[in-house]
Amino acid sequence: MREPGYRFARRLAVPLRGLAHRFVYPLLVLGAFALMILGKADLILIERMRATMADALAPILSFMSEPAARVADVIEHGRELVRLREENVQLRQENERLRQWQVVANRLEQENAQLRDLARLTAEPPSSMVSARVVADAGGIFVHSVLIGAGAKAGVGKGNAVMTSEGLAGRVATLGDRSARVLLLTDLNSRIPVMIESTRERAMLAGDNSHQPRLLYLPSTAHPSAGERIVTSGDGGSFPPGLPVGVITDIGTLRVQPFVDFNRLEFIRVIDFKIEGPVVQTEVPRGRDRR
Amino acid sequence: MTPTAAERMDDWGRRLAPFATVLVLLFFGLVPFGVPGLPLIAPAGTQIAVFYWAVYRPDLMPPLAAFGLGFIQDALAGTPLGIASLAFLILHGIAVNQRKTFIGKPFLLVWLGLAVGALLAAFASWALASALLGGVIPLERPLFQALATIALFPCFCWVLVRIHRGVVH
Repeated sequence: MREPGYRFARRLAVPLRGLAHRFVYPLLVLGAFALMILGKADLILIERMRATMADALAPILSFMSEPAARVADVIEHGRELVRLREENVQLRQENERLRQWQVVANRLEQENAQLRDLARLTAEPPSSMVSARVVADAGGIFVHSVLIGAGAKAGVGKGNAVMTSEGLAGRVATLGDRSARVLLLTDLNSRIPVMIESTRERAMLAGDNSHQPRLLYLPSTAHPSAGERIVTSGDGGSFPPGLPVGVITDIGTLRVQPFVDFNRLEFIRVIDFKIEGPVVQTEVPRGRDRR
Repeated sequence: MTPTAAERMDDWGRRLAPFATVLVLLFFGLVPFGVPGLPLIAPAGTQIAVFYWAVYRPDLMPPLAAFGLGFIQDALAGTPLGIASLAFLILHGIAVNQRKTFIGKPFLLVWLGLAVGALLAAFASWALASALLGGVIPLERPLFQALATIALFPCFCWVLVRIHRGVVH
């Protein structure tokens, strides 16, 4: 048997709960709009909330992404087995070609060193590198970004270049202690200063949530051809010049096909080139600076 | 008779199951499987689960839970905060307001309710994301996601009904 006090409280609680129910829903809807407005105002508080949440859940996502990657690997292995012989022949030919390139590269490296010495060129600043696993991928309906399982504690910095072995993937947009968000170069808000590798003509690579970002502000005198390589220009100071980005696929609309396959991002490298640029200077003091 | 600690734990586990199912679906939607197109379908599961629990066990899926799950979704996916919360609240609102219409009625009617909710949520998210991100986002992808949600509703329901009967009661 329950005592009368409990019953009284229960009798009181029912209408109270009804009242609360009536107001909770509209309040929460207002709360959602408030979050959007606060987020738009770029409050540091909102950024922190997001980073804290990502930090807290990144280990779970990381734990889950390992078997997920295993599943993807198994599928990939099956596919590879089918065309093993064909691929072997291809690789042997490629190996042959690359060997020749290696000889050329060695020679050029020596020549480069000698010329640098002659011209007394200052050495490029040293860069540090952090490898990390992609733990969450939003899928790109509204934003093209991924969450990685390394943050300020591992030495990742805001604005750092994010690369795969194929080329530039994006840059670090928000930073937590144990996680970081990478804005991919296909995102609507991604702007990366680039140039055409052969002619050194500058442009801005602007994402628009499609698979192929566009070149903006290319000088009208420039007449690029399809298949030309696009590399970072180093303007603006957040990236060094010469990082491979992609190739021009459409001369009319100036679309660029990135080298990185964004469907298969598994491990990425965050590279801090130690260049003081506008992006680095606006860094919110946290993580590394606190220590 | 007062329940023992184990019974109380068991009870809490059951009460948390609806929230946990959405959370698990949310994580599955974000984990990179390396399969192109999969993320388009995966987040749809979370909307279905929120809708399902709001219809059949609204006591275990209060609006605050829907809001919180949306917050987690946005924080992890990198979308502007508040968008997924609003989408979940739209589905939750439809589910709770039309509960009497849905319960005990043919499945098709519930399906229709979800379809309206998913489409409304997709349009609202798309319009707000476009406004907040500063550029018109192509409508096809959120629309396609909503259609995937509607099409996969029976499959997700099949699983949710089993969790409902087996775990939550």
